[in-house]
Amino acid sequence: MKIPISWLKDYIDLDGLSVEDIARKLTLAGLEVDEIKYAGLPMPEYKDGEKHEFKTSGIGWDKEKLVVAEIREVMPHPNADRLTLLDLFDGTQNQTVLTGAPNIFHLKGTGKLAKPIKAAYAKEGSTIYDGHVDGLVLTTLKRAKIRGVESYSMVCSEKELGISEEHEGIILLDDDAPVGMPLTDYMGDAVLDISILPSMARNANVLGVARELAALTGRELRKHVNKETGKQGDKETGKQGKNAVRSTQKSVTDLVEIEITVPELNPRFVMGLIRDIEIKPSPYHIQRRLRLAGMRPINNIVDATNYAMLDVGEPLHAFDYDVLVGRVGQVGNLPYKIKIITRAAQDGEKLTTLDGNERTLTSANVLVCDEKGSLALAGVMGGLESEVTDKTKTVLLEGANWNSINTRKTAGQHNLQSEASFRFSRGVHPALAEQGVKRGLQLMAEWSGGVIAPGLVDEYPLKPKDPMIAITPKDVKRLLGIELTAKQIAELLTRLEFKCTVEKNIVKAKTPPHRLDIGEGAVGLADVLEEVARVYGYDRIPETRMSDSLPPQLGNPQHEWEERTRDLLVALGLQEVVSYRMTSRERESRLFAPEGSQTLREHVVLANPIAPERSVMRRSLPASLLETAEKNARGGSLAMFEIGPVFEPQQNGLPNEPRKLAIVMTGARLASAWDVKDSPSYDFYDMKGRIELLLSGLRLSGISYAPAPASSSPSAPLSAEYLHPGKAAEVKVNGQTVGVFGELHPLAKERYDFETAVIVAEFDLDALRNAAPTYGITPVSEFPPVFEDIAVIVDEAVAAERVESLIRQTGGRTVTRVRLFDVYRDEKIGAGKKSLAYNLTYQSDKTMTDAEAAAIRTKIVKRLEHEVGAKLRS
Amino acid sequence: MSDQLNEIEKAALESLQSVTDSSALEAWRVSHLGRSSPLMSVFAGLGKLSKEERPVVGQGANRVKVALESALEERAKLVKEAALAKSLEEDALDVTLPGRGIHVGRLHPSTQQLRKVLSILADMGFQVYTSREVETDEYNFQLLNFPPNHPARDMQDTFFVEAEGRGDNPILLRTHTSPGQIHAMREFSAMNPDNPPPIRIALPGMCFRYEQITARSEIQFNQVEGLVVGENITFADLKGTLVDFARRMFGQNARTRFRASYFPFTEPSAEMDIECFVCGGKGCSVCKNSGWLEILGCGMVHPVVLQNGGYDPARYSGFAWGMGPERQLMLRYKIDDIRYFWGNDLRFLDQF
Ligand SMILES: [Zn+2]
Repeated sequence: MKIPISWLKDYIDLDGLSVEDIARKLTLAGLEVDEIKYAGLPMPEYKDGEKHEFKTSGIGWDKEKLVVAEIREVMPHPNADRLTLLDLFDGTQNQTVLTGAPNIFHLKGTGKLAKPIKAAYAKEGSTIYDGHVDGLVLTTLKRAKIRGVESYSMVCSEKELGISEEHEGIILLDDDAPVGMPLTDYMGDAVLDISILPSMARNANVLGVARELAALTGRELRKHVNKETGKQGDKETGKQGKNAVRSTQKSVTDLVEIEITVPELNPRFVMGLIRDIEIKPSPYHIQRRLRLAGMRPINNIVDATNYAMLDVGEPLHAFDYDVLVGRVGQVGNLPYKIKIITRAAQDGEKLTTLDGNERTLTSANVLVCDEKGSLALAGVMGGLESEVTDKTKTVLLEGANWNSINTRKTAGQHNLQSEASFRFSRGVHPALAEQGVKRGLQLMAEWSGGVIAPGLVDEYPLKPKDPMIAITPKDVKRLLGIELTAKQIAELLTRLEFKCTVEKNIVKAKTPPHRLDIGEGAVGLADVLEEVARVYGYDRIPETRMSDSLPPQLGNPQHEWEERTRDLLVALGLQEVVSYRMTSRERESRLFAPEGSQTLREHVVLANPIAPERSVMRRSLPASLLETAEKNARGGSLAMFEIGPVFEPQQNGLPNEPRKLAIVMTGARLASAWDVKDSPSYDFYDMKGRIELLLSGLRLSGISYAPAPASSSPSAPLSAEYLHPGKAAEVKVNGQTVGVFGELHPLAKERYDFETAVIVAEFDLDALRNAAPTYGITPVSEFPPVFEDIAVIVDEAVAAERVESLIRQTGGRTVTRVRLFDVYRDEKIGAGKKSLAYNLTYQSDKTMTDAEAAAIRTKIVKRLEHEVGAKLRS
Repeated sequence: MSDQLNEIEKAALESLQSVTDSSALEAWRVSHLGRSSPLMSVFAGLGKLSKEERPVVGQGANRVKVALESALEERAKLVKEAALAKSLEEDALDVTLPGRGIHVGRLHPSTQQLRKVLSILADMGFQVYTSREVETDEYNFQLLNFPPNHPARDMQDTFFVEAEGRGDNPILLRTHTSPGQIHAMREFSAMNPDNPPPIRIALPGMCFRYEQITARSEIQFNQVEGLVVGENITFADLKGTLVDFARRMFGQNARTRFRASYFPFTEPSAEMDIECFVCGGKGCSVCKNSGWLEILGCGMVHPVVLQNGGYDPARYSGFAWGMGPERQLMLRYKIDDIRYFWGNDLRFLDQF
């Protein structure tokens, strides 16, 4: 919402407040000023180190160099047909000014003008925007010869003065502009660009902003003083100033009647009529304000509807009355009484809106109709047929009220966002319908010379409640934490036009008839408390520490456990990543063979995805992580993990969100360095080592590893189907499967771009977290240990884990450490055989002798010979 | 005899002058102090000397022995020093070669920032409360005082999930962590429905908005909300608590301001800004020349929300606020493209 400061001044005295002061007060009260655009008022100058407060743009006008001037004659240029020379008086002296302006070209050579033209004159040395280049580029006027004539100054277009993009011609000021007056005093302005919050819809107009400002500053709000007319209208009685006196006898109620079929959708409908209008441009200062407010001036009638809307907040619609009469015909020489009907559209009904588009409607849309059919899409846009044209003589002006939800839906359905739908979809108070029509008629009369017909047709079947809220100093203390008396509370609310009474320390505040955001009961109390706080000033409310008691200390064991898991993984050299929760079936199925069971799995599917590649919620965390790894694979080393949910759909209900851990490792095992050549790549055992350390860090015991089952059911929480069948293991804790890991299946790997083997792990975090940890430590012995190596030759089929567990079983408590340090295969030890070399640590609660160690060793060797046919390697 | 001893001493000391390494030193020791050295043969010949000569020669020989030994020791020290100096020189490294790295792991910057926020809040008595990411319209909107078709829903463009027969309660991706407010209030109030206990929680988690993915907007982002409910909670407490938080988060000198704002689930509502820490409030591109940075939205819990959570708004009050860890990181580290976060390029992640 763009609000020119000059317009605000119609309603409130702003003396002593800078533009920044005004913007700051509004911003802190919830009318956030996004930008201040200067168009003539002096811009603040920030010295080095001074604080800015607002994004600022535009131009200030030099008081001395930019003035109102009058053009007295438009003379031909001696050497250029397209240019003219102006005889111009700047208030002090006559000037000869060169211009190519097309909008005064027709006066060339017509001699002294009977009525001089008022223009915005820029003297030599003034700084304005260059009108002849794209964008906003400042330029300073210098003396130059153009086609043999000296030029040093100019008459300006709106673009040159930073008012709008308009550069078709020069500004033609209103006739009453005082010659010689500095332009900055005459029409210098600044525009506040304000974000309107949904709760602040009532302020999407100049009066609303002025009302807020009056409340915030304690200044008086001068309502309905119209600077253009200098006359006072009175919304309560409907008096319209002197224009009303010129009315014809025929009242609007004799000419028009209104039928509202669904009051919930159309609580009020008001119409007024003005005849004998002359369509022409609006006064310049009105056009300027409209442009500054972001609207394009069209003609005096359309401008009046827009101006009144921006002014008081009621969107208006002007119908060409004679077109409506033409539709229904006449009775004798009297027009048929026009009947306006508002109703829901029929499905498939068509209407061509003002923008020229034919729209197919549904029963969710509301129409303004006459007895012949539809005229306008209610609250959104008028129809083409009955719009005001250059030939219009009589205007029937509509100010209606429409249901906000319905308007919102309709505007969305037809993708038709208009100034009207913006306002109606946020809620407009029905009281404004009458105010808006009166304001619009008044402006039309003023600008078109028309005559307002007496009275208004006003159907008002559904009045809003305008709730009465009771609020006490105790409420203010309890919820805001400040001490205010009932009188003070009433005073603050009165500034916002609440009608307040104070009785027995209770303030009863009646909602003013321009806002719909105040509820009833507890909600209404909160609504009004916010108003008290806003007007009092958030900055004046103290900062205190809570005195309330502490709640039950429940903690969040799951969150704490997950954070600990993250720490352990990071300590193992793994980088955490966080990927998009959204993916596509195609992307996930890269991990699984096309015929794999994953493709049969259901996904949580988005009804409105932003793109096909983000159309479902992920079902596989390794699939996400592999994509990340692939993007980062640049021949280096990658070791990363992600913790987060996957999404398992339930029939038309909320999905399950089990939490998973995935790890991916690929590339060089050794960190790169200038003396490291040909590092081996990560393999299965690099991953396994990290998993072992993770599990011991989580204090889990009873861990076992087994080859992962070749296939698993699609519903299994963990599947190894994407892993190399011979290089995949499942991890169990106390017999419960918690994870799988292994090398990526060669077929799956083909579908990605990796140079080296990819090792993947996936854990079900809920299962892992539910595995009971064991606490306690192994005592550290003071006695020296005995170390000894032992190498045995066994068949390939014998698992290393079996050999190790036999050694541990036989060695008992004395063998405190069994470390496999070599696996060796060679012709000398025989085909189908392998040598496993272990480093054993013997430790006892006294100093061990070599003989004692040897005795245990012998037992171990015998056991291995017996159980797995091992032979001691000499 | 003493001449002979002097000769021995002189010759030995002279030859010691040319000794420069430890093996030559050992050879010198053998030839001048060893068993078959001239000096030792003097000692060996002592027995053959007369009673009168013996002590004189003996003393002389001893003196020479001590002299040679001390000269040897001195020389040995020199040789060792020289050898050390030489080896130190020879072993000198090119200290400008790069150091040898290791594979290190790091937490994702969002996790780091979440932890920072949550640990400050933990100090202030806020416990972590987590809830689901896929939600119902009821929990994400309706119970939070967003009626269907409310314009405030425009502020939160929503991803919906395909599901049949849900009527006006479709399934969606949560647009904020606020559904957790209802879950938590209902969980706490169920403990003692007549006298629900106070609440002080932090709600972290991933949220989703229907946006195009650009440098400025993302489809997913983390949020941390705080929620306080109790019998004596005021707007002044909200201000005090959030100013305390801001000082812990951004430094004890952080300046803050509260602007009126609007959220359907709080009233009064506010935005808290902090003075721009990039320019110190003078105006820069990060703060868009305003000198202030929007850091969180907050407000007193709306009575409808309290009621929906099982807390009587006539007796209880509360406040809540929400903020974005990624936004905080972007401001703090001058990150100008939000897509870095889920892009997971290691060249980005490595910098945290
Ligand atoms: Zn800044």
